[in-house]
Amino acid sequence: MKPALRFMIGCLILAAPCAVLAQDDGLQFPKSIGAGDSLSIQIAGSGNATLYIVGPSEVFKRDVQRGSAAFFPQGTIHNAGHYLIILRAGDSISKGEFDVLPARTPFALSFLARPSRLPVGIHDGITGAVYIFDAYKNLSTEPTSVSFELSNPSGTTQTRVAGTHDGAAYTEMDSGPQEGKDRFVARAGDVSSTRIIRQVPGDPCGIKMTAQPSGQQIRLETDPLRDCSGNAVPDGTIVTFTETYGSAQTTVDVPLKRGIAQVSMPAHDGALISAASGVVLGNQIRWGGQ
Amino acid sequence: MKFAVTHCLLASLAAGTAAAQANVRIEPVHLQGPRILEQQTASAAIRDYLRAWRTLGTAMEQNRSDLLGAEFVGTAQDKLAETVDEQIKLGLSTHYQDQAHDIQIIFYSPEGLSIELIDTVKYDLQVLDGGKPIANQHTQARYHVILTPTAAQWKVRVFQGQSG
Repeated sequence: MKPALRFMIGCLILAAPCAVLAQDDGLQFPKSIGAGDSLSIQIAGSGNATLYIVGPSEVFKRDVQRGSAAFFPQGTIHNAGHYLIILRAGDSISKGEFDVLPARTPFALSFLARPSRLPVGIHDGITGAVYIFDAYKNLSTEPTSVSFELSNPSGTTQTRVAGTHDGAAYTEMDSGPQEGKDRFVARAGDVSSTRIIRQVPGDPCGIKMTAQPSGQQIRLETDPLRDCSGNAVPDGTIVTFTETYGSAQTTVDVPLKRGIAQVSMPAHDGALISAASGVVLGNQIRWGGQ
Repeated sequence: MKFAVTHCLLASLAAGTAAAQANVRIEPVHLQGPRILEQQTASAAIRDYLRAWRTLGTAMEQNRSDLLGAEFVGTAQDKLAETVDEQIKLGLSTHYQDQAHDIQIIFYSPEGLSIELIDTVKYDLQVLDGGKPIANQHTQARYHVILTPTAAQWKVRVFQGQSG
């Protein structure tokens, strides 16, 4: 039986991707194999020789017998890349090139999700990017469908599906209306990866302030602050109270405690008092009868 | 398109810094993804990638995996270091000399933590056994490369070739 025929039969038995053979000076081998697949290299001639497979990601050297096949079992050559095959027999050199291609089945996802914390109600505020890898940590470059799912504790879910291009896919999601820890899941085939996105209340939707006399002072207090989705604005958020009286102005920054801000300021008849937090301005109060 | 850059500028930058011997051609960026790629960022990534080729050449030739960490990280560094270890065991060394690069940046992840490029690279590979050259090969391959930022530079995290 001719070597090429023996090689083809071997390929059929091993289900290796041998449809296209490369030949060079008595070497016969597939132009490409999948990562981790077996490899059979048919070597013509007779006598001893040394076989080299060389690439940046893997290198092999074997003593071989010409006239037979050099066989590399499954799992031996697993790093995707472009390789050079060299057969050295004395001063005679035969060469050829072949590829190890990434396996098609996703095994692991590298999932980059940002940010880890953001306010509710931000359009396209959350991004996710995925790279797909096979079992040997090779980048899977075959187009693959990736689903992204963002779900919050209240049960609302956003889903997007994106296809990979050269191993990468991405999506953008809106942050939801409710504060809490959302699960952001990327899935390709049977593989998934999860990140937690903490959604926090946004800016206050409005500020309502009341004033009461307290001796020589005015006691100012806001109603509990909420964002436009009804989430309580977190304690520590600064509310700025400003009292303008004639040409004088007094400003006090107060952190929210238990959802409200309280402060006492001098009681000047006719003073104009306002409250603000970030870009949100509350109601104004004119103190006294003027 | 999220990015526009003159070829000449980047090409001269790249050629002048990292791969003096190699011809470098930068293809127009055709990005997928919402993030705008600033010219400075693209230039820095390509400069660091080309420098990685030089480091690869030296590390493989001198069988010094300790050099790889300067330009490679993660999986790419691990795989290349394993190759160096294997070369030492087998008494081999290899010399990679890049001759020409044709580079296109194809993905800039939305959070800015990775850049993917494709490089059709022509290079010479010399294989030595016991210090004696046994084969030279001029070859062309198409590399998928993913770079990630570190404190001061972009490093190669994925470095994967196939026939170009």
